[in-house]
Amino acid sequence: MSAQLLRDHFLPRFGNAHLDSLGDGAVVPVEGGEIVMSTDTFVVSPLEFPGGNIGHLAVHGTVNDLAMMGATPRYLSAGFVLEEGLPFDVLDRILDAMAECAEAAGVTVVAGDTKVVDRGKTDGMFVNTTGVGILHDGFRPRPDGARPGDAVVVSGPLGRHGMAIMAVREGFSFDSEIVSDTTDLAPLVGALRERVGDGVHALRDATRGGLASALNEIAAASGVGVTLEDGAAPVPDAVQAACEMLGLDPFYVANEGVLVAFVAPEAAGEVLDVLTATPQGAEARVVGRVVDEHPGMVVLRTGLGGTRVVDLLPGDQLPRIC
Amino acid sequence: MKYLSEYRDPALARALVERIRRTATRRWTLMEVCGGQTHTIVKQGINDVLSDAVEMIHGPGCPVCVTPLEQIDRALHLASRADVIFTSFGDMLRVPGSECDLFQVKSRGGNVRIVYSPLDAVELARKHPDKEVVFFAVGFETTAPANAMAVWRARELDLDNFSILVSHVTVPPAMEAILRAPDNRVQGFLAAGHVCTVMGWTEYEPLAEKYQVPIVVTGFEPLDILEGIWMAVRQLEEGRHEVENQYVRSVRREGNEPAQNLVNRVFRIVDRGWRGIGVIPASGLGLRPEFAPFDAELKFALDFIRAEEPEECRAGDVLRGRIKPFQCAAFGKACTPESPLGAPMVSAEGACAAYYNFGRFRQMAGC
Repeated sequence: MSAQLLRDHFLPRFGNAHLDSLGDGAVVPVEGGEIVMSTDTFVVSPLEFPGGNIGHLAVHGTVNDLAMMGATPRYLSAGFVLEEGLPFDVLDRILDAMAECAEAAGVTVVAGDTKVVDRGKTDGMFVNTTGVGILHDGFRPRPDGARPGDAVVVSGPLGRHGMAIMAVREGFSFDSEIVSDTTDLAPLVGALRERVGDGVHALRDATRGGLASALNEIAAASGVGVTLEDGAAPVPDAVQAACEMLGLDPFYVANEGVLVAFVAPEAAGEVLDVLTATPQGAEARVVGRVVDEHPGMVVLRTGLGGTRVVDLLPGDQLPRIC
Repeated sequence: MKYLSEYRDPALARALVERIRRTATRRWTLMEVCGGQTHTIVKQGINDVLSDAVEMIHGPGCPVCVTPLEQIDRALHLASRADVIFTSFGDMLRVPGSECDLFQVKSRGGNVRIVYSPLDAVELARKHPDKEVVFFAVGFETTAPANAMAVWRARELDLDNFSILVSHVTVPPAMEAILRAPDNRVQGFLAAGHVCTVMGWTEYEPLAEKYQVPIVVTGFEPLDILEGIWMAVRQLEEGRHEVENQYVRSVRREGNEPAQNLVNRVFRIVDRGWRGIGVIPASGLGLRPEFAPFDAELKFALDFIRAEEPEECRAGDVLRGRIKPFQCAAFGKACTPESPLGAPMVSAEGACAAYYNFGRFRQMAGC
């Protein structure tokens, strides 16, 4: 749905070499070098959920988008649309979270804006953040950078953010609470840059649409196919149980702290060493390979030896009846 | 995960695949009745690994797929009314009606809500006495007890603002319609385990006898499906045609009698239309006259809404196994997952959507 919106309405008007690559951010020239810019708007209901709030997402989301382009995040702007009547204690908790996350990520909030709208016009608040990061020589992961033979590495367990939100929204409770994985992925990328460098071909954070969407986007942009091994991607028991109950597929559930790396096969071991040494990447695994065949398509080899296409969904996942 | 991973063990599954291959002396054509089974078959690639031993035809047991266009249009009409909160299971929202789907009604301001249980809809009605709350009661015998319970509960609570739009269908008449067709290709069935959990399997015994087909009550996990296929193939090879139960951990011959009793007190058997197939006599459930106040069709006088299904959509032939989805002229052209003509293209596990994905894959892989 949003791909079609972009294609039919936005790109025809704004299209240019930077935007058309549809990366998480854009590498743009400035005098004396290049910078990366990225922007994201955050809309989430409820505003606070197990493991974080919209403030965490607003900083991590944009910082992670910059990191996926290989950049070190430096500056953020933040724009707020606040609903009249939003309790100040909620606002303060969200702003505290943003300040803490920004400090931890080493980014400075250098510009901001607030607008207050009538009650009923938003879900409490919307936040936009725009970020600027700096690039490093010899490290340019790109959405079209995946090559046949590459190993596909997932940095952590899938589905925690999406299911944490869903559990709160729908009033489900499970034996063990599912907590959002919202986190700053830039340290992982920084470590990959230092230890692996140009062996990292493409990076994507598996946010909305989950792992399946991230893989499909990179496969399409790079003109390659991806094959996955069934059961290779880590899914926490609680997420799996919640997904079974609702008839959802964890591959399509949103994450806010999981990256997918397409890396040279000879670098895969080092990539795993680097990632598993970090708290966010402790469960990193190789989940598949990049292939020449079926360009633009992600195919999963099942435990039985069958295959199925892991397609992009035309919209959000819907709970099934049967 | 306990109680699930045991039924997904790849080594055991591969052993079952080998056993099916060794048992089959020719290629048999089986139909899995239920959409949940189709989901597992497609997700695990079971049709793919077994293609030399069995052809799996995806049956009509997907409630999303068989709900007639007319009922969808009635749902859209109700959901558009300012005084209505329209509640539904999630996957009905993307099913195309004549003009649009429930998502589009929602985006135009219709109050459409996904619920996980019809009792949640009753609760909404209690909380919003100023609104009419309508629940879209679709599905097979599996969802019928909970839907009956919702109506029962609404009557207990004296709610006059709760009603259901009924599109309940039952499995055995559909199986018989398939078997009776002169060009039927189905040689054996995997009956729907959850339907049989409620209904038991006595209704299937006359079918197996009359049409000389094996019917195996089958569960939904990969090992269930494979064992069900093996049991059906074994019967075919031995020339037997019996009702057997693979899903012993859930199904008894008599079924769940308290649930059946509740269904019988609230619903009665009626003729129902099936999308793409047409009306099958005595193939569905409707509210009994004493529950007429909870019948949305009567309450909102929806009888005037009639719909003709698009001629180019051959969902009915696909659901009956007469044609493969790619043999439909609209397939992949006028009809794609992004703009489906018929319901089997809507759900990722619908027969048409499944073939749409696999077809593209095979084309590219050159096999």
